[in-house]
Amino acid sequence: MTTSRAGDPASPQTDELRGALQEAPPGSSRTAPPEPMIQFRGVTKTYDGGQPAVDNLSIEIDRGAITVFVGPSGCGKTTSLRMINRMVEPTSGTILLDGVDVAGRKAAELRRSMGYVMQSSGLLPHRTVLDNIATVPRLNGVPRSEARATAAGLLDVVGLASALGARYPGELSGGQQQRVGVARALAADPPVLLMDEPFSAVDPVVRGELQEELLRLQRDLAKTIVFVTHDIDEATVLGDKVAVFAVGGRLAQYATPEEILRAPVDNFVAGFVGRDRGFRHLSFQDGTGVPIHPIETIDVERLGDPTVSVRSPWTLAVDGEGRPHGWVPLARRSEVTSQAEAVPGGSLYRRGDTLRRALDAALSSPSGLGVTIDDDGRVVGVVHAGEVFELIERARLDRGRADHNTAV
Amino acid sequence: MDWFLANFDFILRLTGLHLFQAVLPILFGVLLAVPVAQLVRLNRTVGGVLLTVSSILYTIPSLAMFVFLPVVLGTRSISMVNVVVALTIYAFALLIRSTLDALNSIDDGVRQAAVAMGFTPVRRFFSVDLPLSIPVLIAGVRVISVTNISMVSVGALIGVQSLGTLFTDGLFRSFPTEIAVGIILTLLLALVMDLLLVGLERLLTPWARRATAGAVSAPVPGADAAPAAGSAAAPAAAGTRKAGA
Repeated sequence: MTTSRAGDPASPQTDELRGALQEAPPGSSRTAPPEPMIQFRGVTKTYDGGQPAVDNLSIEIDRGAITVFVGPSGCGKTTSLRMINRMVEPTSGTILLDGVDVAGRKAAELRRSMGYVMQSSGLLPHRTVLDNIATVPRLNGVPRSEARATAAGLLDVVGLASALGARYPGELSGGQQQRVGVARALAADPPVLLMDEPFSAVDPVVRGELQEELLRLQRDLAKTIVFVTHDIDEATVLGDKVAVFAVGGRLAQYATPEEILRAPVDNFVAGFVGRDRGFRHLSFQDGTGVPIHPIETIDVERLGDPTVSVRSPWTLAVDGEGRPHGWVPLARRSEVTSQAEAVPGGSLYRRGDTLRRALDAALSSPSGLGVTIDDDGRVVGVVHAGEVFELIERARLDRGRADHNTAV
Repeated sequence: MDWFLANFDFILRLTGLHLFQAVLPILFGVLLAVPVAQLVRLNRTVGGVLLTVSSILYTIPSLAMFVFLPVVLGTRSISMVNVVVALTIYAFALLIRSTLDALNSIDDGVRQAAVAMGFTPVRRFFSVDLPLSIPVLIAGVRVISVTNISMVSVGALIGVQSLGTLFTDGLFRSFPTEIAVGIILTLLLALVMDLLLVGLERLLTPWARRATAGAVSAPVPGADAAPAAGSAAAPAAAGTRKAGA
């Protein structure tokens, strides 16, 4: 399921860079003082006598975590984001960054102290990729050669080949441009990253990749990230906390993604979270308790040998290293003589992953048996949809007892 | 041809003077138009007034301007300053519009990104807005260049020496060869200047050339293609008309 292209996050270069990047972060999570990184206190933004774009917003953004602002268009999420770096000035209320009112900071300096990634990557078309990444360090007076050296290292961090550094943004694909946008935001090693729908203009596959890589980067860097999106799926995948905004700039709910999916606070949030929220909530339920049953397997190399028979209604074809390669139905054993003729399998369930993955593996499998693998991709057995349901039901009963004092 | 060779030094000097009177106003025009255009963008009221004034300035016939300027400036009527000032005014009047277009052609996302990254307004103007407006700006300068080279000749009517002197002199002496040489050299000058400007643009905007076709980030296509030629045609014709007036 890993779509990451940059590969192993623990590659030596990345480690080295991680060291370099973590030298002087005032907002690093390691010391984790109780004070939130960013605080909105009664912030309202009204444009020329109209309805408020942001209405009396008070919210505390945790240090070293990803906070997602999500909501439909016109809900004030981008406006709120832009008030943090003073691209928009609030009509009333205050915003504190690390305990200091941003209104008292010089706008240009304040902005340089935060990374900013936007929807259309906003790269400067007349500068090479390397110089784009080096922009903020250069504005801060870092010598050109030094800034470029940092930039070259960041190309690797965001999974781009160093040869791309000499290109102009117009010569890159949308996904590549977005990666450069992220690299540029990281260049001055700011403690705070503001991301304004950074992945919404790329296709779903690339978006998935970029999301995974952002999470990977965040594990290494532990920045305070404020991420704006209109996509509730993206919000629940990325967010440590999610703030759901309603039209008119009202903060409807601010909670963990698990809680927002399980217990939306009102009809607006329930409606916005959408139809599949019950299923999606399973993403937050631990699957360690799912029983794993043994499954008969047959070596793909021996499919062509008619003397090798199978006994189960469905037998799993595996290669020499135990990786799954499709199903062999009992009645059609004689017809399946090579891997290409095996019935393609469903999604794979990595042992210990969430209930959502477990249920999907079972439901998507032609045999109804969810193929379960270990961390090396070897088949360890199968899960049954019915048993996943039992776990789901048991978890619901526990919650019901705890939250609502009911036994059923 | 004999006449051309016999008077080569004289013609060379006229060509030099012609070039000087044409190029200097372009430089002044750009130096004036760029800051003023930025001012126009920052302040709409002032901007509206300036744009109207510049349009009116452009409608003043060149000959009238040449006659009128010595009175205002207190220069001698055959002074080259009159021509340079007059053409600077025309260059400015035309360039302010194309500079405005150039600055407005910049992708809003790029501009916002520059703000978000913490460029100060002044630095943003010089390192983002200005470089990105070069293709459209140079398209405007190419128009001015052609216009100026043709209009400098008009100065000959009031006694300021340039290739136009070959027209007045040839006409006066009923000597078509001289007129023909004047026309050919004027055309050549215009052509050479245009090529130089195209070269300059290519030199200054490597990014515009290398960006793949259809790339979102390039605000304008290279100005060396059809659109620029199209936009150059009309004002150039206007200039020629004025030169003949």
